[in-house]
Amino acid sequence: MGKLDTKLLRDLQRMWAQSLAIALVIAGGVATLIMAVGSARSLLETRNAYYERYDFADIFAEVRRAPRSVLDEIRRIDGVAVADARISKLAVLDIPGLREPATGRFVSLPDRGEPLLNKLYMKAGRMPEPNRVDEVVVSESFATAHRFEPGSQFAAILNGRKRTLTVVGIALSPEFIYAVGPGDVMPDDRRFGVVWMPERSLAAIYDLEGAFSSLYVKLSAVADERDVMSQIDGKLARYGGTAAFGRKDQTSHAWLDHELDMLRNMSRTLPPIFLLVSAFLVNLTLTRLVALEREQIGLLKALGFSNGAVAAHYAKFVAVIVLAGIVIGSVAGTLLGVFITRMFGDFFRFPFLMFEKTPDLYVIAGVLSLIAALLGAMRALREVVTLPPAIAMKPPAPPMFHHVVPLLGRVDRWLSQRVMMMARNLAHHPLRALFTLLGLSLSTAILIVSLFTRGTMEELIDVTYFMADRQDATLSFPERKSVTALYDVGRLPGVVAAEPYREVPVRIRKGNVERRILLSGRPRDAHLRQIIDVDLRRVELPEGGLAVSALLAEILDVKVGESVEIDLLEGQNRTLSVPVAALVEDYFGIRGMMDNASLSRLMREAPSINSVNISVDEKDLDDLYARVKELPSVSGMALQRASLENFRTNVALLITTMAGIYTLLAAIIAFGVVYNNARISLSERARELASLRVLGFTSGEVLRILLLELGLLAVLAQPPGWAMGYGLAWIMRTELAGEIMRVRLVVDPSTYALASGIVLLSALLSALVVGRRVYKLDLVAVLKSRD
Amino acid sequence: MADAVFRAESLSKTYQTGDVLVHALRSVDLEVFPGEVVVLLGPSGSGKSTLLNIMGGLDRPTSGRLFFKDRELSALPDAELTEYRRNNVGFVFQFYNLVPSLTAYENVALVTEIAAEPMAPEAALALVGLQNRMDHFPAQMSGGEQQRVAIARAIAKAPSVLLCDEPTGALDSHTGARVIAALMSVNSKLGTTTLIITHNAVIQEVAHRVIHFADGKISRIAENAHRKSAAGLVW
Ligand SMILES: Nc1ncnc2c1ncn2[C@@H]1O[C@H](COP(=O)(O)OP(=O)(O)O)[C@@H](O)[C@H]1O
Ligand SMILES: [Mg+2]
Repeated sequence: MGKLDTKLLRDLQRMWAQSLAIALVIAGGVATLIMAVGSARSLLETRNAYYERYDFADIFAEVRRAPRSVLDEIRRIDGVAVADARISKLAVLDIPGLREPATGRFVSLPDRGEPLLNKLYMKAGRMPEPNRVDEVVVSESFATAHRFEPGSQFAAILNGRKRTLTVVGIALSPEFIYAVGPGDVMPDDRRFGVVWMPERSLAAIYDLEGAFSSLYVKLSAVADERDVMSQIDGKLARYGGTAAFGRKDQTSHAWLDHELDMLRNMSRTLPPIFLLVSAFLVNLTLTRLVALEREQIGLLKALGFSNGAVAAHYAKFVAVIVLAGIVIGSVAGTLLGVFITRMFGDFFRFPFLMFEKTPDLYVIAGVLSLIAALLGAMRALREVVTLPPAIAMKPPAPPMFHHVVPLLGRVDRWLSQRVMMMARNLAHHPLRALFTLLGLSLSTAILIVSLFTRGTMEELIDVTYFMADRQDATLSFPERKSVTALYDVGRLPGVVAAEPYREVPVRIRKGNVERRILLSGRPRDAHLRQIIDVDLRRVELPEGGLAVSALLAEILDVKVGESVEIDLLEGQNRTLSVPVAALVEDYFGIRGMMDNASLSRLMREAPSINSVNISVDEKDLDDLYARVKELPSVSGMALQRASLENFRTNVALLITTMAGIYTLLAAIIAFGVVYNNARISLSERARELASLRVLGFTSGEVLRILLLELGLLAVLAQPPGWAMGYGLAWIMRTELAGEIMRVRLVVDPSTYALASGIVLLSALLSALVVGRRVYKLDLVAVLKSRD
Repeated sequence: MADAVFRAESLSKTYQTGDVLVHALRSVDLEVFPGEVVVLLGPSGSGKSTLLNIMGGLDRPTSGRLFFKDRELSALPDAELTEYRRNNVGFVFQFYNLVPSLTAYENVALVTEIAAEPMAPEAALALVGLQNRMDHFPAQMSGGEQQRVAIARAIAKAPSVLLCDEPTGALDSHTGARVIAALMSVNSKLGTTTLIITHNAVIQEVAHRVIHFADGKISRIAENAHRKSAAGLVW
């Protein structure tokens, strides 16, 4: 090992804290990329493998009752690779120990063998015996929520009759990864479960022997999805079929896709920003650090080292720091990536996880950081290396400062000399001041973009649960009912108010863009389930007017006052043109809304309902639940409070965990930046500060001079940081907005305050660390250093 | 004779570097009196700077006692040493250590802001003949001028002692003479006790006393019966 390498080691040893701080900034950028992209890829890969191994269907269709023979016709459609049919029904469950009624999605299993598509992954137990009417398999999340094991029992009201069922198996299905009950937007493991039963039993209960109510199809590789769907619609129309739909409109897939999309978009938005910010900051820091080595470089050259050798020495120095950062970042990023993959994997209950190897990420992150750092070091080196050694070895001549304001005014005589020092220093290095400011602003900005989701989640909860959907519960019926059902519900114990709700599947279209949505009807003066527009005001729709989700309007490119085409997918299957009267501020799904009278007119039907929204007197809740558990005609009861709780524990938790991790990484970067800044300022000005100490300034006074500048920059950096943070948050929101879920961009004051607080706190912590050095400043040594 | 400004009693300083003990000062006894100009001469490494740094409150002796008037410096805590420097001591070093971002005036005012009974910065600069360069930055001045600003800065707090460690070390002879002249003028006008370390034997001619150092000890003290005026110095 050459003596230069010994110097390298000693230098690194001497500056370990600072080197580590730089390495951490790099690590923050690298870790973010590896974590986010790695976990997004792993989860996507896992899902694809899950779909493939368990044969997740491509097309789904519901019918009232179709004879089995139709299935053979469908199998003959061009493009259909596999088709299978089954019975699928919703029913109210009465579970021992559960106060509220729950809902089960009952799905039939073939009497022999396993389903051709949407196969089950058995976690425990076995498949039911075909001749046992009470044996069922239940979904794992539901089983876990109730501690069900093979042998556990619960009751269900199937076709109006209460039956006791016995759990014999616990399973997972690619079809119900995200299992959402009727009338709900969030999965509720306690109150919604999938129950698989032998076909023979379910057919007997629902009088569907030799018939089916649900069809699912796997397409061949070259199939045209739309074409196959319309052919299926043609075959099912006369059996009461509602239009077939693809994966895009299948609840579980759509939600899962949305979540993965969100992760993927996050991974496309945040890590590049983090990585660029960290690269930029490391570049700045190393430029200054190498500039400090001026005299050493002069000495090396005087000793006869070539420019190349000197440059190589410092390149090595920088490379060691960067490599340390890349290694720390890679390890942390990999661990965090695995953590996130597991967290989401658990959340989705994937039966297995596939961790993607992502060598490309390590290379990209590493190379980018290294280049940024080397460029920074080389910029400083170029300046120093071109100096003749004799000049480089001498302390630089006092740099030329300028009067900040023309002498005429003489304001400088009024300001304290310490303020003048700061002002001139800033004015003398405007670029450095600007870059420091930029670095600090960026730190605040990346913190804001990591933190703002908290605020948007609260806003979402506020608008959804407290402004729009203010009902306590929703009772759904398995089929459309006459409006008299409303009065039956109104008479249930504890029901204070009841509002009818009708939902019709439709295709909505403008030009050649179309979406399949649910069109709902509600009383014009509805107070439980209200329509809230984009200005967050309650709207009463005009006669025949349609309100659509703001996002849907954007997708269709339609404005208020313009008309859209609507294909009714239930009943008469007509197509009509309806004017858009309002844009709805909503965050889950894309929807259409009308008043119920207008909707019945469109449907040419007598007033009918699919569900009833109710508000309930708390003290009669137990009575109400007990009654609903016995009601033959109800398929489910959604509870707003439970929904909100689930939202908080599921989605919000995932999002805040992600935000928390990003915040941590951003905070590390922010601290690294601020700390390096303070440390380098101290080195750059050590001699000046030591002379001040000799002149009789106390350590505290000297520290204040040093920190005044940093403090001022840190404070000045906040407003631009807020602006940049808002901009990044806007990009993030746009990237994350989906048809399944989105948020309103609100960056509340507490987010700005918290982000700035973290940066200023890092500044304070750095000040303390650097302060210790000022107190230990060896006056004699510093002043003698050129003796 | 008047009471001494400094009184050193068996002052010793040792440095431990690795296994080696370096005796920078070996039991030095010395008195310095008000208004005196003392020149310290001696080979490099003989302990001159060490003594001056201890007198100026920048460093502490390993053993022995040092009194400034009737305060025992060797017993003062850090905060009081800072306070002592702030109000009583002016330093001038070989390198001027001016704050580059402040003008001549402001460099001086920096000290007058914190001192107990300072003189006006203009007056201090006038004493060193720089009344016309007040708004210049260090970069705009020659080495000699910068050193004179350093002297003005050192005396602006109206210190009782002025400690100069090779103040002309970086200057040519003509400029060096002007710096010495500035120091002498301060001494005669304000009566500031002045200690000057130098390698330049010619400078001893302006001193009241010349103290020769060798190997951490005072080897000889000479009194100048006839001081030369600084104007007559050439080297
Ligand atoms: N911080 C230190 N650590 C170790 N030895 C030192 C230190 N400062 C000074 N010395 C040693 O003390 C002795 C006296 O130094 P100094 O007072 O600077 O001499 P002078 O100023 O007369 O040239 C020298 O041998 C020097 O090497
Ligand atoms: Mg010396």
